[in-house]
Amino acid sequence: MKFKNLLIGAVVLATLGLYLFSCSGDKKEFASSSDAASKVYVAPGEHDEFYGLFSGGFNGQMSVVGIPSGRVLKIIPVFSQHAETGYGYSEETKTLLETTHGFIPWDDAHHPELSMTDGVPDGKWVFINGNNTPRIARIDLSTFKTAEIIEIPNSSGNHSSPFTTENSEYVVAGTRFSVPVPNQDVPIETYKENFKGSLSFVKVNKETGRMNIEFQIRMPGFNYDLSHAGKNASKDWMFFTCYNSEQANTLLEVNASQNDKDFIAAINWRLAEKYLAEGKAKDEPGKYRHNVWDEETHTATSTEMNGVKVLYPEDCPGLVYFLPTPKSPHGCDVDPSGEYIVASGKLASLIPVFSYSKMLKAIEEKKYDKEIDGIPVLNYESVIAGEVDKPGLGPLHTEFDGQGFAYTSMFLSSEIVKWKIGTWEVVDRIPTYYSIGHLMIPGGDSKKPWGKYVIALNKITKDRYLPTGPELTQSAQLYDITGNKMQLLLDFPTIGEPHYAQGILASLIKDKSRKIYKLEENKHPYVTKAEKDVKVVREGNIVRVYMTSIRSHFMPDMIEGIKLGDEVYFHITNLEQDWDIPHGFAVMGNKNAELLIMPGETATLKWAPNFVGIVPFYCTDFCSALHQEMQGYIRVSPADSKVEITFNKGQ
Amino acid sequence: MKKFNYILFVAALLPLLLFKFTLWTIDLEAPQFPEGLQIRIFVDKITGDDEHDLESVNRLNHYIGMKNIEPDQIPELSYMPIIVITMAIIGIIFSFLNKNYLFLTWTIIFTILGIIGIYDFYTWNSDFGTNLDPNAIIKTAGITYQPPIFGTKQILNFKVTSLPGIGGIALFVSIFLCWIKIIIDYFIIKKSKNVTA
Repeated sequence: MKFKNLLIGAVVLATLGLYLFSCSGDKKEFASSSDAASKVYVAPGEHDEFYGLFSGGFNGQMSVVGIPSGRVLKIIPVFSQHAETGYGYSEETKTLLETTHGFIPWDDAHHPELSMTDGVPDGKWVFINGNNTPRIARIDLSTFKTAEIIEIPNSSGNHSSPFTTENSEYVVAGTRFSVPVPNQDVPIETYKENFKGSLSFVKVNKETGRMNIEFQIRMPGFNYDLSHAGKNASKDWMFFTCYNSEQANTLLEVNASQNDKDFIAAINWRLAEKYLAEGKAKDEPGKYRHNVWDEETHTATSTEMNGVKVLYPEDCPGLVYFLPTPKSPHGCDVDPSGEYIVASGKLASLIPVFSYSKMLKAIEEKKYDKEIDGIPVLNYESVIAGEVDKPGLGPLHTEFDGQGFAYTSMFLSSEIVKWKIGTWEVVDRIPTYYSIGHLMIPGGDSKKPWGKYVIALNKITKDRYLPTGPELTQSAQLYDITGNKMQLLLDFPTIGEPHYAQGILASLIKDKSRKIYKLEENKHPYVTKAEKDVKVVREGNIVRVYMTSIRSHFMPDMIEGIKLGDEVYFHITNLEQDWDIPHGFAVMGNKNAELLIMPGETATLKWAPNFVGIVPFYCTDFCSALHQEMQGYIRVSPADSKVEITFNKGQ
Repeated sequence: MKKFNYILFVAALLPLLLFKFTLWTIDLEAPQFPEGLQIRIFVDKITGDDEHDLESVNRLNHYIGMKNIEPDQIPELSYMPIIVITMAIIGIIFSFLNKNYLFLTWTIIFTILGIIGIYDFYTWNSDFGTNLDPNAIIKTAGITYQPPIFGTKQILNFKVTSLPGIGGIALFVSIFLCWIKIIIDYFIIKKSKNVTA
């Protein structure tokens, strides 16, 4: 009897093994295709067709990736210090990372979002959220630099952000954690009575891109997860998914998975503006920092702000409706027409698609199931347009190709599923390696997708590349979606977790990319525009070195009279006015990073000399044939020394 | 006899293009400068294609000890426009007077001025190319850095191409037109004299 059981067990194991073996065989077949290489080949010296703007996830940065080649072109430091360029270390850039909690060197960056005009990416700016210490950053796409960071008050875990309205009137910031407002010392068990969710609407200036927190909507204490704006007819609405409608405060993985349905919150922001104008908003406290980079002074300023306008749904009829959505919905995506809102319940066995026109009708006919804190919950049957049945396991996010198809990422079954809008039938599916999170079609969340490729932004890499110890590369995959069947073209490693990405036609950006900063426009308070004007100035124990760099020397490159206990600021202006001639600057023993200074820019590095002797400095960026000669010496004397400040200067 | 020498009229006006278009252009190409650097010589100024090109060229020239090209220091740029305008006015007047000897005089003076101009350009090139700072960073025995007047020359890592611009070509066309007319007139007159005889 025992033997028989063993035999059966062996047969089962063997079958299973055979099955697994054949599966890995399938994988190889998928990965290599005769013409895949030619489709992603961008010849040396040629440019990619699309810019990909990839979130670096928990590295707090963004990277610029050429599509379809998958080549990384730049890392844009946003929320994290970047020693390579001195971002977050130089006196000018440190300010960008100021918060109400003080200087923070890191954040978790999730969702890049391109600015839009008429529902189509316009290539002006890309926004990205800081998830941990709630913030939104704006990156200028002519310089590919962080231009602004605004903190979000009364919020915590800025996840459903920074999704933008059709003409980038607003970027939004929905809190992933509900917290007491104002935040205070309360028992966590009092979650239901004390914890609130804030949805912030951050207005964007059409010309300058400058952000300001226009208003907040104080919502029930759920977790606001993801968001997208309506388009065309639905353009005045913003849709947020939320989970934990159970309002659990511990072990959410179980306790927030009890309700059969959570919600999409549909917010009429145009109506919110009207209520705001009518004075329906309450003035409430809320401290936040607003940090802005100035391209002429090459310096960021940080302003402490306080106070927000708050709208309460119970005072503002018609402002918010809840659409019941199965099982802890995550992704919240609107199709190019603006009629369909796709929610992806992480644990659901179907993908519900809501109809905007049916939603309006249900509102008109007051088809409410109940109310939560003054917010009507619409009847599921009267707002649903259709359900994609058994699409796969763990649906997360959906993007669109503009040809009538939607592409949904499946985390658990690790695949992309293509389905038809209107018939809701699955027409194709393709594996991803492994565990796809977001996916991206260039312009795939806009009114006019460039539906050529879909990119899988994966969470797990395992055996796809040469192993590099326990910590492996992060990875994305590029698929051709021009045919009926999706085709895997390329695996490419990414810098940081490719949490989400945006893609835009390169021609919309590349010609306005900045090459240099004009010296005559440099308004830095410590600029030095000619070698004859360099100086070293002592103000008590603060010494300011007004220095210039040009191929292949610094001026001055010989400084004496620095004393132990001094605080030295090197204000270095790169006098070059030629493309791609940055200079670096590093000082031996400096407990700080280096500087990388672009042509025409001024940047400041702080140095506290910590020993008596001679301290060399040099240019770190190989700038010219005589780069190695680009160096200098500083003499550091004891604190009580009588050595006067001396330095050399040019004519 | 015609009342108006339209050839001289056109020839006198053509050089005015110099105020809009370049007299001469010098293009520099190097592996590090795929987009190239351009020196644009106008009748009254020297610029780059990009506003910082001239500065970039000067920056590179400091390695070999070449003097900075500073348009303010080149007197020709202030009196060349006056010469061109004067010649144009005289030419227009002569074209109305329409006398053969005036036409010939104008053409000869204009041609001589052209030759002096080219010689002057050569002298400047030669001065820049050979009169170098003895403390230059890069000193290469036996190599001169003199840019060509016409055509291409390799100077260290730079391929330097020097060609007349639209304004310069207009100048040549102008001189060429005049001489053609003078020669044709000469033969026609000779021929008609022969016929008469």
